[in-house]
Amino acid sequence: MTLTLTLTVNGERREVPLDDARPTLLDVLRERIGLTGTKKGCDRGQCGACTVLVDGRRMNACLTLAMSVDGAEITTIEGLAENGALHPVQAAFVENDAFQCGFCTPGQIMSAVGLIAEGEAGDDPERIREGMSGNLCRCAAYPGIAKAVADAQKRLADNERKSA
Amino acid sequence: MNLFDYVRPTSVAEAVTAAASADAAYLAGGTNLLDLMKGGVRHPGRLVDITKLPGLDAVETLADGSIRIGALVKNADLARDPTLLAAAPAVAEALLSGASAQLRNAASVGGNVMQRTRCAYFYDPESACNRREPGSGCDARGGDTRGQAILGWSDACIATHPSDFCVPLAALDAVVEVAGVDGSRDLAFDALHNLPGDDPSDETALRPGELITAIRLPAEVRRFAPNARYLKVRERTSYAFALVSAAAALDIADGVVSEARLTLGAVAAKPWRAHAAETALVGRPVTAETAREAAEAALADARPSGDNADKIVLATRVLARAITLAAAGTPERMPALPGSVFAAVPAQTATGAIHG
Amino acid sequence: MAETLQFPTGHVRLGSNAGQPITRRDGALKVTGAATYAADNRPDGLLYAVYAASSIARGRVTHLDVAAAKAHPGVVEVMTTANRPPLARDPDAKVHMFSWRLEALQDDRVRYAGQPVAVVIASTLEAATEGARLLAPRYESEAPRTGLDDGEAFAPEAVGVGAPPSFDKGDVEAGLEAAAHRVETQYETPAQYHNALEPHAIVAAWEGDHLTVDVPNQAIAIARNDFASFFGIPPENVTLRSPFIGGGFGSKAILNGPQILCILAARMTGQPVKLVLTRQQMFGPVGHRGATRQALRIGTDADGRLTALEHRASAMTSRFDDFLEPAANASQNIYATPAMRQIHTGVRADIGTPGPMRAPGEASGSAALECAMDEAAEALGIDPLEFRLINYAETDPASGKPFSSKALRQCYAEGAKRFGWAGRPLAPRQMRDDAGHLVGWGVGTAMFPAPMFQAKARAVVREDGSGLVEISAVEMGQGALTALAQIAADGLGIDQDRLEFRAGNSELPDGGVAGGSGHTATAGSAIFAAGSDAIRKLADIATEDEASPLFGAGNAGVVARGGRLYRADDETRSASYSDIMARAGLAEIEGEGTGARNPANAEDYAMFSHGAVFAEVKVDPELCQIRVSRLVGAFAAGRIINPRLAESQLTGGMIWGIGFALHEETVLDPRTGRPVNGDFAGYHIPVNADAPSVEALLVGEDDPYVNALGVKGVGEIGITGTVGAIANAVRHATGVRVGRFPIHIGALLG
Repeated sequence: MTLTLTLTVNGERREVPLDDARPTLLDVLRERIGLTGTKKGCDRGQCGACTVLVDGRRMNACLTLAMSVDGAEITTIEGLAENGALHPVQAAFVENDAFQCGFCTPGQIMSAVGLIAEGEAGDDPERIREGMSGNLCRCAAYPGIAKAVADAQKRLADNERKSA
Repeated sequence: MNLFDYVRPTSVAEAVTAAASADAAYLAGGTNLLDLMKGGVRHPGRLVDITKLPGLDAVETLADGSIRIGALVKNADLARDPTLLAAAPAVAEALLSGASAQLRNAASVGGNVMQRTRCAYFYDPESACNRREPGSGCDARGGDTRGQAILGWSDACIATHPSDFCVPLAALDAVVEVAGVDGSRDLAFDALHNLPGDDPSDETALRPGELITAIRLPAEVRRFAPNARYLKVRERTSYAFALVSAAAALDIADGVVSEARLTLGAVAAKPWRAHAAETALVGRPVTAETAREAAEAALADARPSGDNADKIVLATRVLARAITLAAAGTPERMPALPGSVFAAVPAQTATGAIHG
Repeated sequence: MAETLQFPTGHVRLGSNAGQPITRRDGALKVTGAATYAADNRPDGLLYAVYAASSIARGRVTHLDVAAAKAHPGVVEVMTTANRPPLARDPDAKVHMFSWRLEALQDDRVRYAGQPVAVVIASTLEAATEGARLLAPRYESEAPRTGLDDGEAFAPEAVGVGAPPSFDKGDVEAGLEAAAHRVETQYETPAQYHNALEPHAIVAAWEGDHLTVDVPNQAIAIARNDFASFFGIPPENVTLRSPFIGGGFGSKAILNGPQILCILAARMTGQPVKLVLTRQQMFGPVGHRGATRQALRIGTDADGRLTALEHRASAMTSRFDDFLEPAANASQNIYATPAMRQIHTGVRADIGTPGPMRAPGEASGSAALECAMDEAAEALGIDPLEFRLINYAETDPASGKPFSSKALRQCYAEGAKRFGWAGRPLAPRQMRDDAGHLVGWGVGTAMFPAPMFQAKARAVVREDGSGLVEISAVEMGQGALTALAQIAADGLGIDQDRLEFRAGNSELPDGGVAGGSGHTATAGSAIFAAGSDAIRKLADIATEDEASPLFGAGNAGVVARGGRLYRADDETRSASYSDIMARAGLAEIEGEGTGARNPANAEDYAMFSHGAVFAEVKVDPELCQIRVSRLVGAFAAGRIINPRLAESQLTGGMIWGIGFALHEETVLDPRTGRPVNGDFAGYHIPVNADAPSVEALLVGEDDPYVNALGVKGVGEIGITGTVGAIANAVRHATGVRVGRFPIHIGALLG
């Protein structure tokens, strides 16, 4: 049996042949498509390193059977920067030293993008910390992460106000 | 993960037909099923992907005022649904206290209530587990029992049900809508999950192949909205299963409880509705003393299933606290740390308003 | 602190780039997903290897269903003890101080749960994973020993990596006898696992007799030699690439069995093979912090001065190897006492061998010591900070040597001020917040050695005035690519934007070990020396060139800065590097340098980083859930190369302290020896919401003796002091002293 999975990844339509339905979205992205920015930290929904946006919502790619999101739009860390300019969340992570080893960072950033889009945390540090608690960071860059998310949220809100 | 057939039905009727074979499993959010398959705990021969079934992803108010929640509504969407927030704020608080934002975006309502125990011995295919493999024994007995049951357990199984969402659902007398090859039926939420008894593998009242299509909250749950809380004690501030949790929903008139709905979580193989405690509160004002007395009534039959006697102490205190928090009023806005001991809602800001 | 520090060779100065809080040079790579970690490599023809792990802790493998695994679609090969290709080195040999005995299918014995017992190689990860499950090993099992109480005690020859197992100074018994107050107490610390977010991973490829491995590694040169010796090839036939490590914390400094198995799989199949451990497999063959039980006896006189300090530690290790957490040694160099004794006992059990994990010994030992010190202060009725000041060590208590530098007094003062320690009630259970939670404050002293190892580096000045520095240094999150580049730029007297910095590859000069908090000091010294060497050569050329504005200045009379050489006596006379080289017709000038401690300074001084950590906890009085609401640490660690990165290292270490104090613990089922909580759902590490307020202050320190750069280290000290501070704060909040880490809710329920 061969299956064909169709995804739009970072704006690009992809058809991925699969031998069987077992691969997760994470393993399709990393091992079939070659987008290795998304990381595997636990493969069981316990760390958040594999966070991507599926139709605009943050999800753990490791617990998403790829076939179950057939037809979806996926945004990964590779699709965030536009025309070579860092996304405000990416820039805020650099400025606030919101990472050390960098392994959890793509997941943190995609989670932060999702959190800001949800629009419920605002700039409340406690809500940001809670909202980012599904992303483990063993280097424990948490203070920087919380600051970066608050900064980026503010920057994105300002941009929105200006363009409105 | 074993090889399996993958089918994607387009209607509920097709789905229940596709799932009629003994080794089929429904796939919705997958947050529990894929975890179990990766761990070698489950080996379905067929996955029936219901994620694209139409008509199961809405929250609606029915003519009788009851609230119907489609089984495919995502936990995150339900938690921010205005109808639910207004009618049953403790359900939202419970949802938001569970797992992580990513998992809540994936996990469905039906999948949440059908999730399996997190007992480490159930999760370990090398351990004996009557729930996973009937008749194999229970390695949890005599093992690490800190998280295990203190109510309703049997010699065959001491596991607990891990859901936060189910705890207020049990308190609010939710109804489960179920579809099968022989048609649809309603189940009382309290009748959905089974206590282990002699055969803990018989986990729910669902017949083989039956599919949960919706959960209904009766119209009357709105009575409790001004005084409804969920409280969850855990070893980590967030992203952790409960040691013990409790939902408390009170109907208070003239300073006296006219009706109480109380359920404990993580203490038994199902959400543990505390009827004795409810009765104990009725007709009394909520004070530290009446809350404690009610909680003690709830745990009167508790007994340790191993080295976990302190869980009885904790459960008593958690329920008492949930009662006093509910009596203080549902906070105006969802706490920054939902369900947390550190929810940071000082008593004076609790207005009795519902979550906005 | 001096703004610039002159290096002995004179031409270049630290301070133009070093000391600046620049953002990470690899920042853009890491936030865009472009930084490549080992498992991200996908060479053509790649196969996937997954190993089956033993579910018993002691016994033999009696059967594997190889046929079932091979029958699974996509499975290419199954490697077992029966067909595993030979190795040139015995996996059970101890070849050097940093070689651990490892399992590479050398026999059918099982020594701990989670040991690899066979490897399945397949064309997809899914097929390899299912193939490994289908092997369904059967065993002849023996009852395991798993704990401090049922293990087999022994007297070790060494603890840690080659440290003496005991130490004595003065007469401890007499000191205790004469004491006005005595405290005898005991603390236990559990097995903890490094659990870097990046699981151990390797991609191995053979081309004839040349092996290329992509593998995260903290000790590149050592690992290259070890891989070579396992496969009987010269070290130059091994290329090890480790450009980015997704967290190491010690576990990636030691070779492990799965790495050897992956290389064997590549040899067996003739194709490149990737092997990545699952999170569950991280609780087996890749080291951990061994459990300890520590007993302390402290005597004080009526004024609170120590009369004796005794610290005994039982530390667990495996049945087949000897690493012991040197916990008691944490008491040797910290508080002034006329008499001290440290003694270690080993306990063998059927577990994987422990290894160094962030602050090995110091973390566990400091946790117990700082709690015991608080117990002593409480017995005296003295404020715990004041008690530590009374016993401040002006010289190293163990050796009597002066400290090369020690700004601990300033750390106590600045940390206490920032935290608001003054006015802390002496008795427990005195403070509450608005929500009714108990509030407690605690303090702990942080301390960590400032070692140096050996490193070499190469520096080049190019004709366009840019620079290149090469060293097999290791970026594992500590910021080596940034901080070392800052030192490198100063070494070459150029702006860091003009520097190309190459690291993380075995083809480069040996950068030594990224461990022991000594990497910046060691590799940085080598880099700075290499740059200085190149600039010395450049200065020679310029000052001997009659056409140069620097002619006649004499080699010692020029200073390098911003890509130019200046006459020291007349800075209006200068020449750019590119002009000097163009006139000399040179494309590049190369320098070499080494980094190591000056042996005379090592003989004369005790060298440590210091700090003081203050913790505030909130505890629900009935439900007993704990939250660390505030942490303030003040640290003195010599010259800080990049304050932004140093703060991140320190706050990260402090949050490890939260995990140690409240969360981290591996529970083994004593009947099977298997972890009950061997994944991230069960083995808790702190999440973002666990660290609402964590702050690290940097206290200046000018140390002319540690090395020419004045650099100590900040990688590990953050966890020391913090664990005790939190436990002491819990005691202060609740009145309960918990003798076992982590402090669980159950221990406070009463």
